[in-house]
Amino acid sequence: MMRTSDLIASASRALRSNPLRSALTALGVIIGVASVVAMVALGSGAQAQVERSIASLGSNLLIVVPGAQRSGGGVRAQAGGGMGWDTLTMDDSEAIAQLEGVVAVAPSQRARTQVIANGLNWNPQVEGVTPDYLVARDWRIASGRMFDETEERQARRIVVLGATVANELFPNIEPVGQTVRMNGGTFEVVGVLESKGQSGFGMDQDDIVLAPLTTVKRRISGRRGRADTVSQISVKAESEDALTTLQQDVETLLRQRHRTREGEDDFTVQNLSSITEAAAQTTQVFTYLLGGISAVSLLVGGIGIMNIMLVSVTERTREIGLRKALGARQGDILRQFGLEAVTLSVAGGIIGLIIGVAGAWLMTSLFTLPLVISGWHAGLAIAFSALVGVLFGAYPAWRAAKLDPIEALRRE
Amino acid sequence: MASLIQARDLTKLYRMGDETVHALAGVNFDIARGEYCAIVGPSGSGKSTLMNILGGLDTPTGGRIVIAGNDIGTMADDDLAVFRNQTIGFVFQSFNLLPRMTALENAELPMIYGGIAPKERRERAAALLERVGLGARMTHRPTQLSGGQQQRVAIARALAGNPALILADEPTGALDTNTGKEILALFGQLNREGATVVLVTHDHEVAAATKRTIEMRDGHIVSDHINGGVAAS
Repeated sequence: MMRTSDLIASASRALRSNPLRSALTALGVIIGVASVVAMVALGSGAQAQVERSIASLGSNLLIVVPGAQRSGGGVRAQAGGGMGWDTLTMDDSEAIAQLEGVVAVAPSQRARTQVIANGLNWNPQVEGVTPDYLVARDWRIASGRMFDETEERQARRIVVLGATVANELFPNIEPVGQTVRMNGGTFEVVGVLESKGQSGFGMDQDDIVLAPLTTVKRRISGRRGRADTVSQISVKAESEDALTTLQQDVETLLRQRHRTREGEDDFTVQNLSSITEAAAQTTQVFTYLLGGISAVSLLVGGIGIMNIMLVSVTERTREIGLRKALGARQGDILRQFGLEAVTLSVAGGIIGLIIGVAGAWLMTSLFTLPLVISGWHAGLAIAFSALVGVLFGAYPAWRAAKLDPIEALRRE
Repeated sequence: MASLIQARDLTKLYRMGDETVHALAGVNFDIARGEYCAIVGPSGSGKSTLMNILGGLDTPTGGRIVIAGNDIGTMADDDLAVFRNQTIGFVFQSFNLLPRMTALENAELPMIYGGIAPKERRERAAALLERVGLGARMTHRPTQLSGGQQQRVAIARALAGNPALILADEPTGALDTNTGKEILALFGQLNREGATVVLVTHDHEVAAATKRTIEMRDGHIVSDHINGGVAAS
């Protein structure tokens, strides 16, 4: 029985004796692994990007809107609240706040009106909110401050601008302390929001003006409906796990309050995490597809290894015959040639991994995607290349092990 | 003295198309420990077949051959590999050294398959190369050595497993006359030191350098005599 150290020494000697051939043989696996790693990383990056942009709407978030769910409606179609339903009220919002697992509840009223400043005008979305809106939506102030609850109750004429609005209306000066005109009234800018970028649905989330809810209801959109209706209630759960339970609790609560039965709801509770999941699944399929296509090149690399190992067995027939005459068992020969193939493929796998990571880094920085490479993927790439070595090295090694020593020694 | 090799009614058949060739057609002989003996015959006489069986590279079709207690005909492939490693030291006509290894590494090769530790292996291979007169050339590769030197490395390799039998197949066939004589002298010396040596050759002059000649023709032993006189059995 051959020692493992001797086995490794003999395989590495054989591979080093023809470095160019070894390198070219490994190249097939290098290209295969590199493309699998790069493609999967790219796909995962795209997936993370989608998840991140959806998460920017707010994590662990339920959005309650008036009106029944319509098939294919999605968030955008119903978030407007201007569809003639005035079924959600401030009282609903306060009742939801009493539920277990709720971190923040933020009722809001949406309006659209022109905003004028410095002789420039802009047509953003105006959202009447309570200070908790920032907590529920995971939104932060970039400069200035958010209005507080007292100011909200007093219906003060103050606003917080989204990044896009701030840039459009105050291109050269600090907006905080300036005033804007909306609906004929003058409002003081007390803060500017951090930029959130586009949502997963291509909407500019920074094209927004936040004003106290009471202010919006009295001075901007208060012309219709009951005074205490809202167009949306944002509910933040304490964890993602609590989200599904909380969604059911909110639905049950609102049914009791509105005296409706299941199926006849006059409201809809949207769960953003389920939308995120659906979108992530789509990109995941894409990732598998890319990975699968590149795996074909890994297969071709494996065939290259088999080809060269068969050539090598033929060339070294005499050596194999001699080793057998000197006492090598079939298992010794099998392991020696098998190890050569596996060494080629694993070395190819490691180099391919490095190149693949570099390639993924290059592509993700070109497309400004996040670079996602998990240790799990890297380990899988190496394990897969080892498997290729075992699969495609097995037949040549078996041929070598089965050689008749008498015939082999006679061969020139 | 107990026989190292006992061959009884040994046969080997080859099927060549429709024809059956009797490479060995019932061969009987004994070789004792410490003998120095030659098997001679023209090509096709069956001497190569006999050598392959003696070396555990091939198995007989019929009869029985026992070498150092091993019944060759009944052994499985892996057992034969162990037998070759532990009991037989091969010397070939064309040396069969591995070109990328040094003389020392070539001499170590059988001990690798014997599972002997590297340090012990190295020391033993070095001592054997000293013994065959190559102490100064241990790190040379085969291409840096003359034919005679290469055959000495091969003999050191054959001795590495401390074998009961050294089996040499035309060991002087690729060497010039003088070098051939030196190699035969080396076998003679090893035999005086206690080794059992069997040479297979077609050359009667080479056979004459040994103590006993077994002559083969058409699968039979046609003569078996002590060199310089009387028949042995």
